Amino acid sequence: MPSGVAIEHVSFGYGETAVLDDIGLDIEKGEFFAFLGPSGSGKTTLLRLIAGFGTPAAGRILIGGRDVTALPPWSRNVGMVFQSYALWPHMTVAKNVAFGLERRGLRRAEIARRVAAALELVDLSAYADRRPAQLSGGQQQRVALARTIVIEPEVLLLDEPLSNLDAKLRVEMRAELRSLQRKLGLTAIYVTHDQEEANAIADRIAVLDQGRIQQIGTPTELYDRPANRFVATFLGTANLIEGQVVGGRFVADGISLEGIDAPDGPACISIRPQSITLGPFTSGIAATLVEREFLGAVTRYRLRAGRQPIVVDTLHRRGEKAYALGSTVGLIVDARDVAVLR
Amino acid sequence: MSAQEIEASSSRPPQRRRLNGPPLAGRARSLARYNASPAQALALLFVALFLLAFLVVPLLRVIQVAFTGPEGTPSLVHFGDFFRTPLLREAFWNSLYVAAMTVALASLIAVPLAAILARFRFRGAALIHTLGVVPLVMPPFVGAVAMQLIYGRNGTVNLLLLEWFGFRIPFMEGLNGVIFVEALHYFPFILLNLSAALANIDSAMEESAQNLGAHGFSLFARIVFPLALPGYVAGAALVFVKVFDDLATPLLLNVTNMLAPQAYLKITSVGVTDPMGYVISVIMIACSLGAMLLSVLVLKGRDFATQQRGGGGLARRELGRAGTAAAALFVVLALALSLSPHIGIFLLSIATVWSFALLPDAYTLAHYLTIYREAGPLIANTVLYCGLAGVIDIVLGATLAYVVLRTRLPGRRLIEQTAMAAVAIPGLVLGIGLLRTYYDVPLPFTGEPLATFWFMLVIAYAVRRLPYALSAATAALQQLHVSLEEAAENLGAGKLRVLARIVVPLMTGGLLAGFVTSFATAAVELSATLLLVARAPDAPLSYGIYVYMQSAAGRGPGAALGVIAVVVVAIATYVAFKIAERERGLKSRELF
Repeated sequence: MPSGVAIEHVSFGYGETAVLDDIGLDIEKGEFFAFLGPSGSGKTTLLRLIAGFGTPAAGRILIGGRDVTALPPWSRNVGMVFQSYALWPHMTVAKNVAFGLERRGLRRAEIARRVAAALELVDLSAYADRRPAQLSGGQQQRVALARTIVIEPEVLLLDEPLSNLDAKLRVEMRAELRSLQRKLGLTAIYVTHDQEEANAIADRIAVLDQGRIQQIGTPTELYDRPANRFVATFLGTANLIEGQVVGGRFVADGISLEGIDAPDGPACISIRPQSITLGPFTSGIAATLVEREFLGAVTRYRLRAGRQPIVVDTLHRRGEKAYALGSTVGLIVDARDVAVLR
Repeated sequence: MSAQEIEASSSRPPQRRRLNGPPLAGRARSLARYNASPAQALALLFVALFLLAFLVVPLLRVIQVAFTGPEGTPSLVHFGDFFRTPLLREAFWNSLYVAAMTVALASLIAVPLAAILARFRFRGAALIHTLGVVPLVMPPFVGAVAMQLIYGRNGTVNLLLLEWFGFRIPFMEGLNGVIFVEALHYFPFILLNLSAALANIDSAMEESAQNLGAHGFSLFARIVFPLALPGYVAGAALVFVKVFDDLATPLLLNVTNMLAPQAYLKITSVGVTDPMGYVISVIMIACSLGAMLLSVLVLKGRDFATQQRGGGGLARRELGRAGTAAAALFVVLALALSLSPHIGIFLLSIATVWSFALLPDAYTLAHYLTIYREAGPLIANTVLYCGLAGVIDIVLGATLAYVVLRTRLPGRRLIEQTAMAAVAIPGLVLGIGLLRTYYDVPLPFTGEPLATFWFMLVIAYAVRRLPYALSAATAALQQLHVSLEEAAENLGAGKLRVLARIVVPLMTGGLLAGFVTSFATAAVELSATLLLVARAPDAPLSYGIYVYMQSAAGRGPGAALGVIAVVVVAIATYVAFKIAERERGLKSRELF
């Protein structure tokens, strides 16, 4: 039975160094949730705490409303897929998958039935008697998945499960993973440092940095309304501009924007590169074109408005003439595309 | 050389570019094809001849005698005789039984120790790692007599058992004694190999099993131990072979109904012409090879690439109070057992009389005085023989390593493998082979057989320890990147100059470690020694211990000699370890 997960004021540290600091979040039953953050942000540690590898210094972890904080890993019904897959090389694929069921004391015939079903689900029925080393990386990944979901865990934990695959396979597997999770109605928690992966796969994301949750929200919420500088820059590229808000107007050196909904005082705003339109210098904010990079789908311009560096992406169309370096252009920004950071 | 060949060779790796240099003499030019100088070819030839004369020919001689009938034709008649003789059949089964039971008993000590060390965090773990190796510095035969006094029928432990509980345990009766002594000596081989294997297991392997509901013993039995199986099997096979081939321990415990003692008795009592000793030798080699082969087969078809990225061994846990107590009790018991030969031999060396008593009646330093007066020649001989053997080993080992790694001379790999194969040849068998091969070869001037000339002991030691020195030299040379030599050559130094100024100085540490290891292990070798020592004045330390231990009156001085041997070996092992450690540190700082 899938269950929700609640994490209440969890802190964790090794010796003096705090790895997690007062983490609190609620994951709904059947939700696909991602922990996103750079390495060292504490995301894997948090996942391991949910699995029972380590005990929080403070706080509680509840799965399906039951406090599991003090339970050892083998008494929690959570399934974890390891980054290295951790398939046991001395057992066949079928034995690997059967292991968790044997521990649960199921009858032999029932185990065989469920193993076959799980392998069917990940499309590996033909490989039951192979050893893990005889499989490709993607196949090993699917065995690890089958081994975990066969025990019908309350929560499926995935620790950077796609990081050992090549780029193309990674994109395929994440779609497969997503559809499997929907089909089985699993609650899944997915750890990754890749924002694109998190955006593509997750219903909601918790962004972590330095052991703290920076923001929780849907991918679009995080992208469009980042709460702080870290979230703004970690999820994609952002123009961060420091300035003052005075009566609904944002003012910085060489920049002035109308219609900003924020109280008066110092503020930092974030504007995505593709939210800025380049036009003739007669309208908008005047800026000098410093550099141009052609990236294929878009052309990226680096400009300077006053002392403020600005990045602008324009969709590339065949035959369109690029702006010349050194020329002065006008930047047009819609106030709805401006996020005011905390 | 045709133009085509020159063209072909110019496209080969840059080391061979000398072909385009000034014209060389005919012979040297053909050697250049193998990237070798005439001196290197000669050196390889010399090593090959040494191995041929003192390893291959003696071994072939043993096999030949075993398979030659009374009429001088090839025949299996002696093997028929062997299996028709009840005593020899019994000896054969006894040897198998003792070797197998030793592996079992050693596993009972080593496997839990390795598991405790790998799984749990507790104070004193480092101490156990160190003490776990201690048994290895004392050859089992040295401790055997002391073990009789502690665990024998009227030894300390049984006297206590009798007094407290009214029964005895026959630790040392017959074959039990051999098993007990050997297991206490050889369990570190299993401990070390198993610990290394456990340390290589990716902790996710264990965590994924815990995640799926496994813990405690079933986790260890189903996941952890199978993953470490290669280490265990390697250690167990080594123990089996060592015990199967050991001559000195059964002899000292007066157990003669085993293969090695039977072979020794046949050769020494009936004479070098009696074929049964050779038949036994062949059977011993076959069994050793069989055990090795079996260990390979057990692991065949399994994939044990457990070291994935991350790796780093299992997560260590804190133990609960009861767990700590149980683990501590086991560790203390195991350590007490493994140290008891050392303690026993030390007590024996300072005891006036120790018989039918818990502890010696009184203490004295008289035995050390006796040794000081009598044992000078023994020690001098050991230093001479083992020193010479060590020098031969590092010269041959370094030469062979250099030729193998830096030239392409044909046959160099075969010669290297031959040298390494010496590790699988029981000392007893090599002794018999040398004796048989060189018994009829007289020395010039004296006319004494070459086989019984003291230098033959040096050669036997050198052949048996060459694998260690060769490995040490190979390791030292492998760390030495060829670019260091090429840089010197590029600056105008010739091959010999490079060797003398660059290669040898940089290899010194590795070679020194090889020398010390070679010296220390040769100092306590007894199997070949027993066969090759012809006269008391030629006898080394190990032989002296054996002879002293034969008589009740000689036990004290024998034990004192044993203590000296153990101290020497322990210091040498420590020094070799320190040198190797320092070398690694230096190399890694300089090169990386």
